[in-house]
Amino acid sequence: MAAVLLQRPVHVPRRGSAWLVFAVVLLVAPWLCGRGAGLSILSQMAITMIFALSYNMLLGQSGMLSFGHGVYSGLGGFVVVHAMNLAGTGQLPVPVTLMPLVGALAGGCFGLLFGLVTTRKSGTTFAMITLGIVELVHAAAQMFPGFFGGDGGVSTNRVVGAPVMGISYGPQIEVYYLIAGWLLVSAFAMHALGQTPLGRMANAVRDNPQRAAFIGYDAQWVRLLTLTISAFFAGIAGGLAAINYEIMTAESVGIEASGTILLFTFIGGAGSFYGPMVGAVVGVLMTVVVAGMSNAWTFYLGLFFIVMVVWAPGGISGLVLALARTARHGRSRRVWPALAMVSATVLVAVTGLIGLTEMLYHRTFVVGDGNAIRLLGLTVDPSEPTPWLVATALMAAGATACWHARRPFRVAWDDAQTHVAEALRQETQ
Amino acid sequence: MTNAVSDVGKEVALQLRDVRKRFGAVEIIRGAELQVRRGERCALIGPNGAGKSTLFNLISGQFIASAGDIMMNGRSIAGLSPFQINRLGLSRSFQITNIFHRLTVAENLQCALLWSLGYKYSFWQRLPALRDVRAKADAVLEQIGLQRRRGVPAGLLTYAEQRALEIGITIASDADLILLDEPTAGMSRSESDAMVELIRKVTVGKTLLIVEHDMGVVFDLADKIAVLVYGQVLACGTPAEIRANAKVQEAYLGTHVPESELAA
Repeated sequence: MAAVLLQRPVHVPRRGSAWLVFAVVLLVAPWLCGRGAGLSILSQMAITMIFALSYNMLLGQSGMLSFGHGVYSGLGGFVVVHAMNLAGTGQLPVPVTLMPLVGALAGGCFGLLFGLVTTRKSGTTFAMITLGIVELVHAAAQMFPGFFGGDGGVSTNRVVGAPVMGISYGPQIEVYYLIAGWLLVSAFAMHALGQTPLGRMANAVRDNPQRAAFIGYDAQWVRLLTLTISAFFAGIAGGLAAINYEIMTAESVGIEASGTILLFTFIGGAGSFYGPMVGAVVGVLMTVVVAGMSNAWTFYLGLFFIVMVVWAPGGISGLVLALARTARHGRSRRVWPALAMVSATVLVAVTGLIGLTEMLYHRTFVVGDGNAIRLLGLTVDPSEPTPWLVATALMAAGATACWHARRPFRVAWDDAQTHVAEALRQETQ
Repeated sequence: MTNAVSDVGKEVALQLRDVRKRFGAVEIIRGAELQVRRGERCALIGPNGAGKSTLFNLISGQFIASAGDIMMNGRSIAGLSPFQINRLGLSRSFQITNIFHRLTVAENLQCALLWSLGYKYSFWQRLPALRDVRAKADAVLEQIGLQRRRGVPAGLLTYAEQRALEIGITIASDADLILLDEPTAGMSRSESDAMVELIRKVTVGKTLLIVEHDMGVVFDLADKIAVLVYGQVLACGTPAEIRANAKVQEAYLGTHVPESELAA
């Protein structure tokens, strides 16, 4: 009885209210972020969220490292572009609202088709075959210009027919709410899928494919079905991208699209359900906002990714979860001072690194237009030696200090995590 | 005559006929013959390198036999995949703990019984709503004594707890034929005793084939012992018969030893 009382009221309503909060956030976001550039960034974020969630069905939940997930969103997008053009000429009676479903079916079909080849093996072999599939599809884009539109891509018009209940999908705000609606439905469905027998067995196959076979499951079937469903949702993201941008180009089935979603998902955290959504927000912010401030943004994104892989393999969400657990088990006070120390030294080093990077980029790529650049609120002249010396000194000092602050932090952190693990082990519920 | 044959087919849970396994030039299993009757608890013993684990891997489908036939309930299972053999009612445990580390204890057990309850690859049913899965998993949890660990990720369990979970995963699906590969390896005396009790409890009414090094466990648990030496079953019989078998003593221990020592 006590167990039932403890379990029910804590979990069930909280999960329900999390979805409610998410829905409200999606609803009010346009008012907070403005209607111009902010709205298109929001739309991009929401599409990327669906894509990242679908990718994490493979990476986080099934342990399948795919380098080719962009193939499914891209092909889904192309099919939707053609479907919308057919709808525009009255040959296909599908409203724009339901077009993402067309993309989903296309994505799912291609997932099943390619999955028959890729899911025969797991691990490194799977990863390499997916890379081969990307090259294959990208090459096919050159071979079938009728479908992929050659260099110019295929464009479409998202305003099809007369407005339905006043909605024409002309204004961006209407498209945003279409995307937000599909995001809510897709995220909910993907979360529910994780709680089904197949979803649970995908986790089991991730942890131990051999044992899964000895409890009656064909690991390849589990992987194939998971990939098909995952590609289905990637197709929704692709279809929404087609509606949002009104154009699909061969780039969308290329290696960069697939690599980007891997980066975002990992940065957000593959270990939790919401991690990929965090990754989509952070990733899009970096590609849009940081790219607007600096030419070196891909350098920063790559650096950030490497740092996460090495020091925080659980991504942002894993980090937050670990900190929250540390706090819950009363170990914060021992960890925070050391963490603050390390963070401060890292900040100093990163400041120096940004200074050096920006000045290098400025020297290499910017011609004329004077020498002075704005850097972290300061006007700096890279032709002078002083800024270089200062930046180098900051980086060196930060790195050295970090080297020394590292050990006490490691000790405090490992100690706290051991304590948390032991506490988790003892938890009876 | 026909009656007699089908009776034998029904009575024999597992039969190995001239099973051979070759790895490159080396033949590890060299014509093994074994017959385990339904409901029997058979221990497979033998010196290191005799091929006990290889034989387990052949029976459970991990390896494919180079020659010979393996019959389960009168039906050939040679060449089938592990998951196909499991679906026919054979379940096995592993010498090295083989669990789902990131799943909780309860989730490990749920996974282990999903197929047997007919849920297969369902992605349209929600696990929390499947009462039979929960109830069965809870029952197994209680049997293996891990109720208080149900929500703990399996990777965080102690070694003895992981071994118990290993058994739980093996028996959860209610398979008729259970293969246990050194279930007490690396355990203390008291842990080992508890494990023997657990095995006895969970294999009631089932056929058991067990690989075990601890002779105390073997004589305690088995009503039949098969001795595997250099890939062949040297002898097969009741514990008393095996104890008295001079051939076994020589091959297994390298020398003739008094009965009292073997039993110790």
